[in-house]
Amino acid sequence: MEEVKAAMAGNVWKIVVNVGDEVEEDQDVAILESMKMEIPIPAEEGGTVKEIKVSEGDFVNEGDVIAILE
Amino acid sequence: MFQKVLIANRGEIAARVIRTCKKMGIKTVAVYSEADSGAPFVDMADESYLLGPPRVNESYLNADKIISVAKQAKADAIHPGYGFLSENGAFVRKCEAAGICFIGPDSQVIEQMGSKIAARAAMKKAGVPVVPGTETAVATADEAIRIANEIGYPIMLKASAGGGGIGMQAVYTDEELQKAFSSNAKRAESFFGDGAMFLEKKIENAHHIEIQILADHFGNAVHLFERECSIQRRNQKVIEEAPSPFISESTRLKMGQTAVKAVKALGYVNAGTIEFMVDEDENFYFLEMNTRIQVEHPITEEITHVDIVEQQLRIADKQKLVIKQEDLTIDGHAMEARIYAEDPVTFFPSPGHISTLEIPRGNGIRHELTVKGDYDVTPYYDPMIAKLIVTGKNRMETIENMQHALADYHVTGIKTNIPMLQKVVSLDAFKRGDTTTAFVQNHYAPIAKK
Repeated sequence: MEEVKAAMAGNVWKIVVNVGDEVEEDQDVAILESMKMEIPIPAEEGGTVKEIKVSEGDFVNEGDVIAILE
Repeated sequence: MFQKVLIANRGEIAARVIRTCKKMGIKTVAVYSEADSGAPFVDMADESYLLGPPRVNESYLNADKIISVAKQAKADAIHPGYGFLSENGAFVRKCEAAGICFIGPDSQVIEQMGSKIAARAAMKKAGVPVVPGTETAVATADEAIRIANEIGYPIMLKASAGGGGIGMQAVYTDEELQKAFSSNAKRAESFFGDGAMFLEKKIENAHHIEIQILADHFGNAVHLFERECSIQRRNQKVIEEAPSPFISESTRLKMGQTAVKAVKALGYVNAGTIEFMVDEDENFYFLEMNTRIQVEHPITEEITHVDIVEQQLRIADKQKLVIKQEDLTIDGHAMEARIYAEDPVTFFPSPGHISTLEIPRGNGIRHELTVKGDYDVTPYYDPMIAKLIVTGKNRMETIENMQHALADYHVTGIKTNIPMLQKVVSLDAFKRGDTTTAFVQNHYAPIAKK
């Protein structure tokens, strides 16, 4: 099981995967917005998206879990 | 003139504003979050006040707290810097209600320029060319497709409340637009509280060129020439230069005159920047207006010898602009490289502890620093840690100076984009001035990992 975490604080701009999707290493799971800039949150390892923990528009702090892969 | 100015910002821009205030004999107040308690800008100010926890809603975006600190410290003006509350009309009104001068334009023009649809309409009315596109919000995907076929693909689908690198998507076909429209509108609604979408023709091989303006309360306005800001990653600028290597003298003149005409028509007051897209034939189109100081303002200061922060303070103090357009000339060339705490290949932020920071010194080198050695770059804010500004007699000399300065710039402990900047300024395409907004994708991406 892999937790995809936010590396920095920001607002969740876009969630680019759905539960059940297969993702590869370095593939974007979500995109955060900070200072009018899009900041991608990639998966560190490949896997299947088991759960998405945030919604678009949410504020996340660094370290918050964005999604769980398995 | 103001006795005491509070800077409602952090990092290098807070330090930059404090420097000019000191030069002018104005006392300064820094505000900071718990994450920034050891930051250089906090030490530079005459007084400093803790706002709260790191997250921006509880610190740098907490308008009420900032205003209460300003009252407590008896500051008579607030400089907003860039980002955070700098383009927030409600904050400007709160400052007015508290009897504190906001160093910037009035709330009405901020809100007008903040709505990209309203800004396009206002600029068109002022006689400024806008990118071909829709004049009002587009309600449905079907309407968007009909209009897209009239304008011709590729199209930029944009959120009216977006701006900078956020809230836009390039679309190339009816199917893509059908799919993108409702999801983008929904996202804009939940994110900005405004789901209005509009379309613009995507200009291929464009240069992003912006004009710095200054305007006072008495109807006087000047432009300080252009900045070429086409080298971008993720729609965010990385290297900027002035003057532009691309436009001709007659286009430069026309763009400057157009910008001055626009700010006069808007009744705009203070420093501001009008951003344009410039196509291969040097046709220019309004993109957006930034109603605040820009990150890249130092390159304009270097070629014009005008202190833009000082002008902001004087204009806010209701002084007349003493600079005349005919007195302004371009002296040499200037270039700014933004140093980010990020991976140079993926551009992913890389916060952490800076062990050592060695920066180049010498003639024609200017630094604006957010960090210092033995210092933590936190993940809470923009990953930009410094700006390196170099000048030269001409563009080639400036590029050479930039290459040397970057070679002598050493940050240990975290990843930075310095390797990327070094590669970019060494590419033949960059030296030729072939600096379109697709530069990073076309010229850097293929060599990023080498």
